[in-house]
Amino acid sequence: MRNDRAKVVFTVRRRLAFAVSALAVMATTALLPKQSWAEDAPAVPGYFSGANTDPAKPTWPDPTGGATGVWATPAGDAKGDVPSTLSVADVYDRVAHNLVSINMMWVLIAGFLVMFMQAGFMMVEVGLCRAKNASHTSAMNFMVYPLGCLAFWAYGFAIGWGNWFNGPVPPGWYASLGPGLSVLNSGIGIGGDGGNIFTYGLMGTKGFFLGSGVTDVSVMAMFFFMMVFMDTTATIPTGAMAERWAWRNFIIFALWVALPYCLFANWVWGGGWLAQAGLNWGLGHGAVDFAGSGVVHAMGGFIGLAGAMVLGPRLGKFVNGKPQAIPGHSIPMVVAGTFILAFGWFGFNPGSTLSGTDLRISFVVVNTMLASITGAIGAMACLEFKGLKHDPSMLCNGMLAGLVAITAPCAFVDPWAAALIGLIGGVLVVYSVLFWENAGIDDPVGAISVHGINGLWGLISLGIFANGAYGAGWNGVVRDEFVKLYGSDGVRGLLYGDPSQFVAQLLDAVVVAVFGFAMAYVWFKLSDKITPIRVSEEVEYEGLDIPEVGAPAYPDFATHKGGRSMVG
Amino acid sequence: MKKIEAVIKPFKLDEVKEALSKESIAGMTVSEVRGFGRQKGHTELYRGAEYVVDFLPKLKIEIVVDDAKVDTICRIIGQAAKTGRIGDGKIFVIPVEHAVRIRTGESGNDAL
Repeated sequence: MRNDRAKVVFTVRRRLAFAVSALAVMATTALLPKQSWAEDAPAVPGYFSGANTDPAKPTWPDPTGGATGVWATPAGDAKGDVPSTLSVADVYDRVAHNLVSINMMWVLIAGFLVMFMQAGFMMVEVGLCRAKNASHTSAMNFMVYPLGCLAFWAYGFAIGWGNWFNGPVPPGWYASLGPGLSVLNSGIGIGGDGGNIFTYGLMGTKGFFLGSGVTDVSVMAMFFFMMVFMDTTATIPTGAMAERWAWRNFIIFALWVALPYCLFANWVWGGGWLAQAGLNWGLGHGAVDFAGSGVVHAMGGFIGLAGAMVLGPRLGKFVNGKPQAIPGHSIPMVVAGTFILAFGWFGFNPGSTLSGTDLRISFVVVNTMLASITGAIGAMACLEFKGLKHDPSMLCNGMLAGLVAITAPCAFVDPWAAALIGLIGGVLVVYSVLFWENAGIDDPVGAISVHGINGLWGLISLGIFANGAYGAGWNGVVRDEFVKLYGSDGVRGLLYGDPSQFVAQLLDAVVVAVFGFAMAYVWFKLSDKITPIRVSEEVEYEGLDIPEVGAPAYPDFATHKGGRSMVG
Repeated sequence: MKKIEAVIKPFKLDEVKEALSKESIAGMTVSEVRGFGRQKGHTELYRGAEYVVDFLPKLKIEIVVDDAKVDTICRIIGQAAKTGRIGDGKIFVIPVEHAVRIRTGESGNDAL
């Protein structure tokens, strides 16, 4: 179908629009790769396969992007392209360059939006803490960006994505961000071909400090996009652990958090053993997590849970075991932060196609939006049903819960399913907040419920509602029986005929919860020996702003009610 | 001379001030205060947990007047600040020993 349409375009518009016709050629070769990659078919150019024409002089890494197709130039100075003399192959070269350019632009812009989510996290967390800790909480949200990035640059990227190119892919797949990603080709794992292709990938080992082997335009785009994602995980625990976490302990945490994050990201996104669960164990397409309900949010949420447990509740949070409310000091700030996050999510989810030419992005955008609104509505309905007032901090948690939940399934579900997933997320977050409070876990901002619990729900909901329309060959799984039955082997859940995908999602959910929690619990216990994790009682009563970071957030205002009152 | 201290609901300030200005009082001092009375604040719900707002915001008005005016002013404040509901506040009358107008050095009743 796609093939036929492409040919029509090619014949009709050949003289008028070289770009369009060449795109059509490319569509026939690149988007229907099974034909072109068959053994008797002509080889795809190196800028799709990542192959080197001369092994002695490898083309990749490509530090200028010049080897990725050809940059089309107008013939104004007689040195540029003269359309009448270009062969189809010449045009193909130019369009290929254009294709990668569009993809890279999209991913970079999406990454800028994700980076801005830091401001949203800061505002939500600061608004939900007391005025006397506002400076400290905002400083944590601020410094987690530079410190986390430093660690990601030093070792995180290499662990997570160092063997990315050897992950399981369908036949004919190409790297949408460019062939330079083929340099991400060494890691550690179990089994496999004796080289760097593993049966069970465990971690990558290439790209520490973005060293000489990976100085490539495509690698840089990938590094940037994955870095801003990790920062989301890194900043989630600062909410669950706010108002009592010692600054110095936080600093070493921010340098450490890339380790569990990138290890787990490798298993799901970097071609590791959870991604391979489809190929190895017949579990659907393996663990599928489009934009990181599990990799990013559940990981952050469960690190936060471990942190909140090791730290213990804020002084005055529980009186005789009964949870006490400690109201945040700026609800408008929480709402503004939530809007920034919802805005940033339009980079988070649609950017995770890693491709601006994958038109599924419009579905991802709409699904993301629908889940966010139903999340807020779900939380409001739940409060109404329970006879509670429509607390704006809870409504914000509801919207974020919907967003977290749709993050994994956003590309794979119908809009009605996205709305339902968000709605359930919004209800779930209210019950979850009440549950953790009554369990004696003090989470000032609801991070465990929003990110941890709804991250798991996102993974599981994909296993239920994925409809098979998208993700054919995801994680290298192309099963003949599904192709026969449905025409292609897209990602499909319980309701659409693939219960094994549901099992894969459950496995993913269990692993992220157990691994994230266990790693973090051990880390917080250990790091407490290096420098105490909790501030002294005196500091906590006074507020962390002046003792810990030396700057009150609101020096012109009285931020205490005085005495030892917890509130205010 | 007497000082009248009235703790009132914040939103009643304008009514109290207008009622008092008809009575040609010479000045007043207002401050934001917090406190509780017999009800000990009230209970609210935040993120599902109950909490007691134990110190409620109030305004405190201070007026120093000649002894003869005390009853009238107390009556006016009492009428203007009244809603009939819990938390309307209280009025206290305290003797004042001395007063000085700083600009002129006048003292006693002349300074009011």
